[in-house]
Amino acid sequence: MKYIDEFRDGELARGLAKAIAAAVNPAREYRLMEFCGGHTHAISRYGLQDLLPSNVRLIHGPGCPVCVLPIGRIDSAIALATQHDVILCTYADTLRVPASNGLSLLKAKAQGADIRMVYSCDDALRIAQDNPQREVVFFAIGFETTTPPTAAIILQAQRLQLSNFSVLCNHVLTPAAMVHIMESQNDPAAVAIDGFVGPAHVSTVIGSGQYEGFVARYQRPVVIAGFEPLDVMQAILMLIRQINDGRAEVENEFTRAVTREGNRKAQGLCEQVFELRETFDWRGLGEVPLSALKIRSEFARFDAEVRYQVGYAQVPDHKACECAAILRGHKRPADCKVFGTVCTPDHPLGACMVSSEGACAAHYTYGRFRVEVVAPVDEA
Amino acid sequence: MCLAIPARVTELLDGDRARIELGGVHKDVSIALVEEVAVGDYLIVHVGFAIGKLDPVEAEETLALFAQMAKIDPANPAPYQ
Repeated sequence: MKYIDEFRDGELARGLAKAIAAAVNPAREYRLMEFCGGHTHAISRYGLQDLLPSNVRLIHGPGCPVCVLPIGRIDSAIALATQHDVILCTYADTLRVPASNGLSLLKAKAQGADIRMVYSCDDALRIAQDNPQREVVFFAIGFETTTPPTAAIILQAQRLQLSNFSVLCNHVLTPAAMVHIMESQNDPAAVAIDGFVGPAHVSTVIGSGQYEGFVARYQRPVVIAGFEPLDVMQAILMLIRQINDGRAEVENEFTRAVTREGNRKAQGLCEQVFELRETFDWRGLGEVPLSALKIRSEFARFDAEVRYQVGYAQVPDHKACECAAILRGHKRPADCKVFGTVCTPDHPLGACMVSSEGACAAHYTYGRFRVEVVAPVDEA
Repeated sequence: MCLAIPARVTELLDGDRARIELGGVHKDVSIALVEEVAVGDYLIVHVGFAIGKLDPVEAEETLALFAQMAKIDPANPAPYQ
């Protein structure tokens, strides 16, 4: 497929690996956080860590929307479907996340709740049009990529004067989470981070300019990268060069899809429909100020939170689950006692094992039999 | 879940929609979030919405850069200084 296959070329990847090996300073470590779950998945799937010198360490970040969605939010969605008898429409990703009382959206559906999986929020709107006698709620989750489509359907619902459609908004913001990661660098459990592989499609929407303040404030380089393996390798090389030069800049490897300004039209629609929440509870990160969006009061009739008086109660993670530490980059999946034993993709205990972009699911699927290289291998 | 894919526009439809093609699969998506879409453009499609356009010139330049990087002679690289 054009613009996909070329960016997965093995020969070029090996060439980039050699360029990285030549660029690293053997006397230091490079700890690079890939913020996005999409990058985490690509790194595991294509075995990129194995192409890197042993002093370049990739740390998985919290950019997996399913992983950072707290249990209490899923409980609220289940309550809407079971107590208010609505048709609850959701992206597939959230269906299997374990919620309270041994439930998940999928189990609630099996017990008779009308929960429907949709590919697009547009489909949720269509379900509302096709079922005028029923109330339909779209369970909106995700970062800045899924937010503009949600804004578009709320505006569309307003144009169509739909009275049976609303949205349970859980959209979160990438830059705020990156700030939070840097602010918690003083935590004794934290791994020091030397640079960030910046989000791909989130940056298509918000633009590379959105990271300039972050870079100036925390003096860590950010290189925006596409989700294909060559993109990630090139971004790692660019980060290593910045670190070697003592530079901290926003650089853009993903120029084919990201501009400095981003998608102005999408930003405008989001601005029209959403406003900042003062704070939002993230799984793993806790309360993060100004890190999420809510629906503006002008659109209150499309806001399920207002319409059904949805409350939010914080629910602690399973005691044995290390998702929180893994999401902050403090621990690796294999450091968790239940990883691969009690907690597997078929029976996930924590959210990081549910989504294919979760650090645990990616490691379980592609990396769990990897041999840690303890001494450099002589290739001669 | 932020994964989006580049797909080619084959037809413009009414109501801010377009038909796209990706590896033989055809689908109708919303183009309400992007400006000035033409047949032949590559759109970045996510959850049924185009969220951006792909710049073919930049894509070629990135590939050329990879090729240039990958050609660094491993026997005689410009080493870390």
